[in-house]
Amino acid sequence: MNHDYHKDISGCGLTGLISKKKRRVSGREIVKSLCLMTDRGNGLGAGYAAYGIYPEFKDCYALHVMYDDPEVRWSVEDHLKANYKVEKIEEIPTSPVKAIPISPLLMRYFVSPLKDKLAGETAADDFVVNTVMKVNSEIGGAYIFSSGKNMGAFKGVGNPSDIAEFFRIDEYEGWTWTAHTRFPTNTPGWWGGAHPFTLLDWSIVHNGEISSYGINKRYLEMYGYKLTLLTDTEAAAYMLDLLIRRHGLDISTACQALASPFWKAIDGMNEGERDALTALRQTYGSALLNGPFSILFGHGGGLVGINDRIKLRPLVAASKDDVVYMASEESAIRTICPSPDKVWAPRAAEPVIVEFE
Amino acid sequence: MFRSLALPEYLATIDQVKCIRCKRCIQNCGWGVYSWGWDKVLINTSKCVKCLRCYHYCPEEAIEIRDNPTRYKQNACWGYNNIRNIKRQAETGGIPLTGMGSDLPYPILFDNLLIDACQVTNPSIDPLREPMELRTYLGKKPSQLEFERGADGKPRLKTRMPPQIKLSLPVMFSPMSFGSISLNAQKVLAQAAAACGTVMNTGEGGLHEDLFPYKSNIIVQVASGRFGVNPDYLNAGVAVEIKIGQGAKPGIGGHLPGEKIPLEVARAHMIPVGTDAISPAPQHDIYSIEDLRQLIYAIKETTGYKPVSVKIAAVHNVAAIASGIVRAGADIVYLDGFRGGTGAAPSIIRDHLGIPIEHAIAAVDDRLRQEGIRNEASIVAAGGIRSSADAAKAIALGADAVAIATAALITMGCTTCGKCYTGNCSWGITTQRPELTARLDPEVYAERLINLIHAWEHELKEILGALGINAIESLRGNRERLRGVGLDAQTLDILGVKPAGR
Ligand code: SF4
Ligand code: SF4
Repeated sequence: MNHDYHKDISGCGLTGLISKKKRRVSGREIVKSLCLMTDRGNGLGAGYAAYGIYPEFKDCYALHVMYDDPEVRWSVEDHLKANYKVEKIEEIPTSPVKAIPISPLLMRYFVSPLKDKLAGETAADDFVVNTVMKVNSEIGGAYIFSSGKNMGAFKGVGNPSDIAEFFRIDEYEGWTWTAHTRFPTNTPGWWGGAHPFTLLDWSIVHNGEISSYGINKRYLEMYGYKLTLLTDTEAAAYMLDLLIRRHGLDISTACQALASPFWKAIDGMNEGERDALTALRQTYGSALLNGPFSILFGHGGGLVGINDRIKLRPLVAASKDDVVYMASEESAIRTICPSPDKVWAPRAAEPVIVEFE
Repeated sequence: MFRSLALPEYLATIDQVKCIRCKRCIQNCGWGVYSWGWDKVLINTSKCVKCLRCYHYCPEEAIEIRDNPTRYKQNACWGYNNIRNIKRQAETGGIPLTGMGSDLPYPILFDNLLIDACQVTNPSIDPLREPMELRTYLGKKPSQLEFERGADGKPRLKTRMPPQIKLSLPVMFSPMSFGSISLNAQKVLAQAAAACGTVMNTGEGGLHEDLFPYKSNIIVQVASGRFGVNPDYLNAGVAVEIKIGQGAKPGIGGHLPGEKIPLEVARAHMIPVGTDAISPAPQHDIYSIEDLRQLIYAIKETTGYKPVSVKIAAVHNVAAIASGIVRAGADIVYLDGFRGGTGAAPSIIRDHLGIPIEHAIAAVDDRLRQEGIRNEASIVAAGGIRSSADAAKAIALGADAVAIATAALITMGCTTCGKCYTGNCSWGITTQRPELTARLDPEVYAERLINLIHAWEHELKEILGALGINAIESLRGNRERLRGVGLDAQTLDILGVKPAGR
């Protein structure tokens, strides 16, 4: 167990939107929303995640891979071809941007695990997770930064508008979007360190600092996760993966593990719920994300926003027709939705869970 | 009369001008240092242990207890204790005994660890304004849970939760038997445990009926002598502890001489008055981990599956042993570091066997995580917890809770003089002499112990607040929030802690 690591710390701004009717929305909207929050980033990292963007390959896992060293590409591709049916290999389309003179080689692969490599129905997701863990921890210079179906993450070192222009975000249309701008307080420089952070179809953008990181990391390691990025966001993403996908908790219960109600509240509940939440805290105490945070996490079935137990970071939500917006600042919502039907500030640790109709 | 050549450790002196001849010192000293001459108090200073009872009770501040300035010739190799012990052994042929934890200057790693605090990027939290949670549950936890939705849409638990011991704060009292300490001292612990929402532990000495009202704050112990053990006893508390070893005397048993077994102690132990109570070194039905498993499950069957704790001394191989204990079915692993206290132990054992608790916590927590069974048992750490800071550091290293004994005794007047084995404790703690135990009024001293626990509770909350976390589970095993100062690379590696500055 490696303890001699340097944790990555940053402040941030985040925004997201979801159409409950799965109406696909242009990336232009989310870029505009993100770019408004200039004080929340310092141009050292930005990113976007979108769902519903690859309808033609919707049943394949879309692997987005960055290569700091283009030579490594071949060993990754050998590994993929040995284990997956590869439908398509292409470079992720980018446009030249003056502010981004250099970038890693960015590739995407649409793949499905080979049948004979899998045991049983549910194993496909685990298989992909293993590939991601293996490549990211064992193959130096290669990093899989997106691995879900019909979704993708686009991120890098730069300010929100440059990163959007670089990745041609306005050309994508998705029913869920999340986006993030970063204010790293230590040396940045690596594209993989930007948000969103994703695993399978989970994508996370996060603002804050998880003061419980040390135990969250060790807890995840007990379940075989390898935390290579050393960011809070990575820990949050794996925690959701563990609780929801592997342990089968529903989203609201998982949120209650990540930002648990206080004992005082639990003690006052009626018996059944009290027993449930007492056991949840007893069992998942090491999964509690403690410290200031607001998080948006997108997944195949919707979008969730949550913040810490005493709301030490901002989160505002709004709705208009079939679209729900969540962002660090109300202004980031109003710039793309000037007259929402409803605007509210979610209470501490009370998740906003939006699912498709 | 034979006069020992071992130098007296202390010089008890009385300022004859200040002394008003009230004789309180004579009455208060359990060791018989003072006696009445025809017009003044006589002093036999070789009996003085510096427990300072007389000093506190002298109305005129006439008493002074000095370390004996007469020492052997300065010698970096042959220290005072080396020479003194040899002289004592030459005179008696015996094993010098001692009480309390080791007082030798071994490194105390807690003093080389510093706790983090928040600045700017993560705000600190004011415990006076915001809730700060210390509640701790000890016991086996499932690795995952299953829920269903009730008719009201709220979650309902489907998994059966193993039994847990609920503590209001992660501090409990270490085992101390009736016999090694007085019943009044046990009552202090029991009353304070009940008032503070924590637990005391009977140690190996049975359960006196006066403690029955505190059953929900008591862990009963089963050790190698099996004193006082019967089904009622096993069922009396919230959990049962199997004592394999003690930090101060790993690998050896215990011996309570017959003179210290008056009726009350005999009844609790369930042995005849005046017989020696001998706890063998091993438990004679435990010669392997399989045997331990049988005892754990025999106890669970008897108690309807109450949590079972297994207490071991921290020894070199503690991680592997703890892993075996967890796999044998224990719900709690109680680790006792070598600095832990004792009522009586050979000093050679106390001072030279075992390992510090800090290493033990780190090694055990790491091993249980590597094996994916950390959730199967809670870790309790004891043996040299002197303050809430030590407690916080032990928890950050990986303990679920700490247990304290010496600190609790200090609230009852103990000055850590280390002469508990004599049975003469002038503070009425480690003695059964009725005129001495009567001094320890349980109500009065329980109040002090409660004060201590409340003070530590406040301090722990302040530490959490400074760390920017509001629940103790976010500190547990969170070694990222500790830094080492003055520790070598390998020690840092064992502790899983970065050096300060990183
Ligand atoms: S207690 Fe103090 S004043 Fe009283 S006899 Fe002893 S030394 Fe003298
Ligand atoms: S309990 Fe009594 S004898 Fe033992 S160290 Fe404390 S004061 Fe001395």
